[in-house]
Amino acid sequence: MDFVALLTLFVLAVFLGFELISKVPPTLHTPLMSGSNAISGITIVGALLAAGYHGEGNEIVRVFGFIAVVLATINVVGGFMVTNRMLGMFKRK
Amino acid sequence: MQLSQEWIDIAYLMAASMFVLGIKGLARPKTARRGNLIAAAGMAIAAVATLLHRDIVSYEVIIAGVIIGAIVGAVLAIKVQMTAMPQMVALLNGFGGGASFTVASAQYFQGLGAAEPMATIPMIASGMAILIGTVTLTGSMVAFSKLQEIISGQPMGFPGMKFVNALLLGSAVVCIGYLVHDPSQTGFFWVLAVLAALLGLLLVLPIGGADMPVVIALLNSYSGVAAAAAGFVMNNSALIITGSLVGASGLILTNIMCKAMNRSLTNVLFGVMAEGGEKMDADEVYEGKIRSASPDEVGMILETAKRVVVVPGFGLAMAQAQHAVRELADTLDGMGVEVEYGIHPVAGRMPGHMNVLLAEAEVPYDKLKDMDAINPTFEETDVVIVIGANDVTNPLAREDKGSPIYGMPILNVDKARTVVVVKRSLSPGFAGLPNPLFAKDNTLMLFGDGKQAILDISTSLKDS
Repeated sequence: MDFVALLTLFVLAVFLGFELISKVPPTLHTPLMSGSNAISGITIVGALLAAGYHGEGNEIVRVFGFIAVVLATINVVGGFMVTNRMLGMFKRK
Repeated sequence: MQLSQEWIDIAYLMAASMFVLGIKGLARPKTARRGNLIAAAGMAIAAVATLLHRDIVSYEVIIAGVIIGAIVGAVLAIKVQMTAMPQMVALLNGFGGGASFTVASAQYFQGLGAAEPMATIPMIASGMAILIGTVTLTGSMVAFSKLQEIISGQPMGFPGMKFVNALLLGSAVVCIGYLVHDPSQTGFFWVLAVLAALLGLLLVLPIGGADMPVVIALLNSYSGVAAAAAGFVMNNSALIITGSLVGASGLILTNIMCKAMNRSLTNVLFGVMAEGGEKMDADEVYEGKIRSASPDEVGMILETAKRVVVVPGFGLAMAQAQHAVRELADTLDGMGVEVEYGIHPVAGRMPGHMNVLLAEAEVPYDKLKDMDAINPTFEETDVVIVIGANDVTNPLAREDKGSPIYGMPILNVDKARTVVVVKRSLSPGFAGLPNPLFAKDNTLMLFGDGKQAILDISTSLKDS
């Protein structure tokens, strides 16, 4: 995709984000933050591509890729699990 | 098996849509858990599709990284105490920033080996992802250390700090400029990373403990922006959409927190507290006007009450008193007393922190009322129990134009018939101000440890 198409996507997603998030009640703001940490772990797709890369003399790409996979996986696994744990506590009488 | 780029992009689109549905689920506690699971499934789709990309030729590094990350993430998620949730989120913000930094760095070095040098826009985006990602990483580590009390929560700084920060930021932008001009100058890459790391440290060090809710929300936003920047580097729509959703989310929460403290974002960022007109003398406010009560006396007042509101603050978390409070509420409920909870937006150390703590103690979520819902009801409330909260109940914010906290929205607990304040001493809150609420005619101070005091009230209620 060219830059302008990506920029369009970015701007529209920001608007969508504002609409979506303003509907989340204050009582769920902590799970919202941990949940958004989890989905920002989507950087894992870039991390996987870097860690699985096999170019000539490009050790450093895989070193960065490895660190990225570890960090993004912590966010994804830790984020979704802790959000699920918290949301399980919210009960009605 | 390998997937073509088109199919992988369609998988990313599915993932992004499922994230949107997931956040939509968070609009109500009833649908929230399902929303979270939908988002997790979206993540699984995106990850599996990526693994089938033709550029991935070796899996050893990936498997090692995923195993380590999954174990660390799962252990953190299972072990963390609900009181320590702000630290956990600070840590995750930092890791998110770190992931964006390392992904952009890997892309940069991969570009060096390619036949054509990195084009201008991907290079600018790389620079941004490295800058914002690293600031988020080191800034979050400072926030984590302050919250975990590894370092002091007091603002730390030195004269001319703003100037140094501006210099660091300016130099970082110059580095990005040089890299755009000639991407092969790897020296500028490393200098950029170091400058950004220092900037992250210096940005969060001067921010005090009371402002942590704002900082965590803001770093949350940064981690999203960094991910979006990484998306521009990789031409990846999933990263851009998700990053901007998270960026918007953090920004909204930052704004809510600032409003609830009546502080501007710039004041929070530069560690400026509003200056009070004349210094208030605590002895003058309190002298001869403080009435303290025993748990038995409080129990007797509660016996005749029809409606009770509990106002929790960070002290409740510190004393781990959430279960004791719920037991007291159950006892009162059994006596036919209506019990609700009034929660200020900045109670606790992150947005929604009190709600999670009380939910953990099995308080039904429909009893948790936010400030706007609870404030009109105080006049019909017989007893308010303030536990571990201080500044958010201070009437100075409403009455004293010269006060540093004037204009901050507060919980009008003093409108209730009786206010019971459970507190260790008359020490001031984060704002460092005396609280005239404690000296009011309808206020009773119950001095002691929050948890023990509440347990004692429960015992006296049950015995009578």
